[in-house]
Parts: sequence; structure tokens; C-alpha cells
Amino acid sequence: MTPRRAGRPLVPAYLSTGGVARPSRGSLERLSVLTRTDLARTDPVRSAASAPAELSAAQHALLDALGGGSLTVVEAAVLLELPVSAIRVLADALTDQGLLRARPPVPVSDLPDYDLLKRVADGLRALKH
Amino acid sequence: MASAPSSTSGLRRPDSGPHLPDDARHLVKILVAGPFGVGKTTLIDSVSEIKPLHTEEHLTEASVAVDDLAGVRDKTTTTVAIDFGRISLGGGVVLYLFGTPGQERFRSLWAEIAYGALGALVLVDTRRLDDSFGVLGLVEETGLPYAVALNVFPDARPYTDEQLRGALDLEPGTPMVTCDARDTNSSLDALITLVQHLIERKDA
Repeated sequence: MTPRRAGRPLVPAYLSTGGVARPSRGSLERLSVLTRTDLARTDPVRSAASAPAELSAAQHALLDALGGGSLTVVEAAVLLELPVSAIRVLADALTDQGLLRARPPVPVSDLPDYDLLKRVADGLRALKH
Repeated sequence: MASAPSSTSGLRRPDSGPHLPDDARHLVKILVAGPFGVGKTTLIDSVSEIKPLHTEEHLTEASVAVDDLAGVRDKTTTTVAIDFGRISLGGGVVLYLFGTPGQERFRSLWAEIAYGALGALVLVDTRRLDDSFGVLGLVEETGLPYAVALNVFPDARPYTDEQLRGALDLEPGTPMVTCDARDTNSSLDALITLVQHLIERKDA
């Protein structure tokens, strides 16, 4: 088992979401892919001074992290040092504002089809040395 | 404990950051399940292209995992770290491995992590077979197809396959392989055995 990170996070998880406990949409999985929208890109959200006032620090941090490219929910949680549950709340709120887009880990029609399993098996075999 | 020095993955990509490649279209996951100390993180470490990461998951006082933050402020909560690793398999397929503890008290966390998973690789320490019963129960309850990987420790007693299958109460069709979780190729073989099993189930 991996030892816990020493100390407590500076901001408790429930404060990161402004006290919001449940995600507004509630469909995000651990491997859902989060991407900033063009709206977020053209908006100068990276600069705190000119950012829309309604965005919280944690929401900013999430958008910031997505500036480098798409992230899964779980990897965003690691980067922001927040629980997965907090990322769900933050990401749903940003999606509601049109600043973020989320897609499921696998296109729904494909899961978990034969062809995909074959690709996983072949991919793993190709890594052996 | 999985005490031997943990080898670093032969598949590590130092330049691999947390952001997804643009062509990542299929993100799939496999659970690496087993009791504490069986070598889940070691196995993930041996094949992951990133250093295994972990998230902190909240468990309430009642040891029930919460999938939202309701009540977290008021109740005494504990956290459990869930490790994960990642392997890019080409063609836009990225495989995530989640190390999942098997205790009954993690039941609801289990269900959430297992959702959408292809299957589970159940790691078993043959010196402590009893510890694996809870995990096997949870996997079967979730309905996840699985394979068993016996993480071989030097001081383990040599059981026959039949003895082990009997002790673990495995169905005849459930694959069981031995594995050195520190070794990249050995861990890959165990994962391939699982995925091959998943393919054969589709064929049937």
C-alpha cells in the first residue's frame, strides 16, 4: 500500500467546491476525459485579474491544468491534489458554464467490444521484450 | 509483504506527462485487485509508463465510501489511497490499471472503480490464501470477469494448481497463472492471460 502523503491539503476538499457536495450532472467517471472548450481558451481565464469573478480558485486551477491538454478525471485529481469526488463537482460546474467539455472514456457504442479487447491484447504483447 | 525491491517498469516513458495524447480515443481499465501487501502497486509499477499515482478516496466513519462530498465536513472520515498506472497501447488505446483493495469495507468504492472495467486481475499471495477470499467475493459480486495471478514469494509453500484452485474455489474456466509482480514481462503475461480470457468469453 502506498503511504499517505504527509500532512493535509491546504484546502479541504469540500471548500474547493465552495461547499457543493454533489456534481450537477453526475455522469463523470474516473476515466472521463476533460477538455477545455474554445470559450475557455479565448477567455483570459489564466489571468486571475481579468477572469470571470464567479470562478473559484479550484475551478481556475482545473482550467489551468487543462491548458496543457486533455486530462482524465483521475489524473486531474492527482494534479490538483483533490479527491475524485471534488473534481466531479468542479468539472460539472465548468461544463455548465461552457468552459469545459467531458467525454466518456470509450465511445458508448464500443464498450467493451471484441475488437477493442483484441487491440488491448495485441498492444500488451507488443510491449514484451 | 511484497518486500523485495520494487523494480521500475521497463516500459517507463520519462517524457510522459499527465495529459492525454491527442489520439487517445479508447481509455480502458483493468482492476488489479488483492489484499494489502500482495503486490498490487508493484505489479502496476512494473508495467506502467508513468510512476504509479494515487488519489485519496474518502471513507466515512461507517467505513462506507462516499461518491460525493456530502457529510465529509461533519463526520470523521478516513481516506484510502487508490493507486493507478497507465500503458499506452497504440492506435489510440490507453490502458489504466487501478490497484483495488479487497476489504469488505471498501465495497461501494469498489463498485464505483469497477464500473466500466474490462476485468480484474486478482493477485494472490499463496502464503495467505485466506486474505484473498474477500477480494474474490467482491469481484464475483460485481460480475467482473477475472483471472488469478499468484504472486510468487520465495518462502511460499509449493502447492499444486489443483490444491490452489480448490482452496480458492475457482471455476474451471477461470485462468490461474503464476507471476513475479516485479518483472515487467511476467506482469504483462498475467495481463495478457486475463485479456485473452475476456476475448474467449466473447467468442463463446
